[in-house]
Amino acid sequence: MEQILNWVSTHQQIIYIVVLMIFVGIEVIGRVPSVLHTPLMSGANAIHGVVIIGAIIVMGKAEIDNYLALGLGFLAVILGTLNVVGGFVVTDRMLEMFKKKK
Amino acid sequence: MAANILILCYLVASVTFILGLKMLSNPTSARKGNLLAAAGMAIAIFATIFLYEDEAGMRLHNLGWIFGGLVVGSVVGALAAKKVKMTSMPEMVSLFNGMGGACAALISIVEFNHLVHLSETTMKQEPVLTAGTILIIALGLIIGAVSFSGSMIAWGKLNGKVKDFSFAGQKIVNLLFLFVALAGAAWLIVDPTQTYVLYVILVLSLLYGVLFVLPIGGADMPVVISLLNSFTGVAAAFGGFLYDNKVMLTGGILVGAAGTLLTILMCKAMNRSLLNVLVGSFGGNKNAAAAGESGAQGNYKEISLSDTAMLMSYANKVIIVPGYGLAVAQAQHSCHELEKILNEKGVDVTYAIHPVAGRMPGHMNVLLAEADVPYEKLKEMEQVNEEFKNTDVVLILGANDVVNPAAKNDPASPIYGMPILEVELAKTVIVNKRSMKPGYAGIENELFFQPKTSMLFGDAKKVLQDLCAEVKAI
Repeated sequence: MEQILNWVSTHQQIIYIVVLMIFVGIEVIGRVPSVLHTPLMSGANAIHGVVIIGAIIVMGKAEIDNYLALGLGFLAVILGTLNVVGGFVVTDRMLEMFKKKK
Repeated sequence: MAANILILCYLVASVTFILGLKMLSNPTSARKGNLLAAAGMAIAIFATIFLYEDEAGMRLHNLGWIFGGLVVGSVVGALAAKKVKMTSMPEMVSLFNGMGGACAALISIVEFNHLVHLSETTMKQEPVLTAGTILIIALGLIIGAVSFSGSMIAWGKLNGKVKDFSFAGQKIVNLLFLFVALAGAAWLIVDPTQTYVLYVILVLSLLYGVLFVLPIGGADMPVVISLLNSFTGVAAAFGGFLYDNKVMLTGGILVGAAGTLLTILMCKAMNRSLLNVLVGSFGGNKNAAAAGESGAQGNYKEISLSDTAMLMSYANKVIIVPGYGLAVAQAQHSCHELEKILNEKGVDVTYAIHPVAGRMPGHMNVLLAEADVPYEKLKEMEQVNEEFKNTDVVLILGANDVVNPAAKNDPASPIYGMPILEVELAKTVIVNKRSMKPGYAGIENELFFQPKTSMLFGDAKKVLQDLCAEVKAI
């Protein structure tokens, strides 16, 4: 029990962030018209491309002779970028179709 | 100094993610919201490249490789996203989601190897590879890999390349894979030197992702993709835990939570529980066929093009119900033509959009918007259901399950309970399909055999073009 409490207080900042972001995520989606479900899903898809930051860090720390890290890291950066760029462009295309035409 | 600017950049990026997502839930601000989040992402990426310092104060190197990867990914991603047909948008979402999951999985693998190597060569007092770190790496790997393989299968399902497949005991086998993967994670915590276990976990997770999505029907894919979307968000958050990186954490949890709620909302629109979607794969066609036998047969009436044209021209109010068939025939432009011609004759024409018409929520809206149909003419189900009783003609274009009364009347039907468009309240119903073959749910539609309904067979595009010509001539 003591261990768990200690762990919670050591990591309390991260725990606050996680809890608050869960509430924010739920609030922000609150009243979405069903017509926007798909672009919203696409936008959220692009945002989780933030995982590319991890790929950049991994690649940036790899030693020059560590081919596994370099190779996989390079692949990870490409995949993450696909998620980010592809995701935002697809979302934009979906939304372009919704602009009001007079 | 650099570290502080980086922190500021991450904070700004996190705010843009939250604001961007909020703006995406409203039609007028949606586009700006997307751009805002993209800008925040760019800030976070470039700030990381130039300002990140590890514990030893070292900046990132291999910048050439990093920029190379960014360029390749950007070019391929932008081209793929721009070139693809509007009707393939949903599968692109799945594809890019899978890329994110794979990225998260790869990060776990490389970081694990890096930390194992570090713990072997370093003389530090405290362990480099704590149990907590291994757990974070393992979970990030499992979730990322499941999301990757699951998303790839979902992509295949939506473009028709992957068929539904299930075998007896599949659920047990799949749970076994997951269980062994988690056990592997536990083993790795106990003995981190057994690196091969990491790859076993990877393979099992990939298999789990495949078997998880494989039995689920194409009509349910949007729900699955939304769920996998939130999984990838959680995988990104685990990356954030690993590197104590606040922007990965906020972005990841935001998407994880928002994505989960969105999934639940989509299920509500179909009036099915999430569990039912994931585990009770859409009906099970043997049951569906049996339910269909019990009475939906009978005679249907056909109607000619000229009669249809006549009915529609002299109607006061017409409601068009678009479905997947309209998308397949790429007939949205002809449909808009017909609408305009009828408007000139003083007919009030609106569209009834069912939440799950087509292959994705909003599919029909995107399709019709591409044909320049004004946004205001598209009515949501709850709104338009009140109007059917005052409607003279309902024209159903390639929609089937969303207008099937079995959802209200037949408890044995796989679609029972799903809210439908109440087209039978209108004076006349005209159904355009290519044949009498069943729709996505694979069941008969008793609407077709009702007295007020007539069938207008033919490819939607040709039928609509011919209708335009006929109506003009009246």
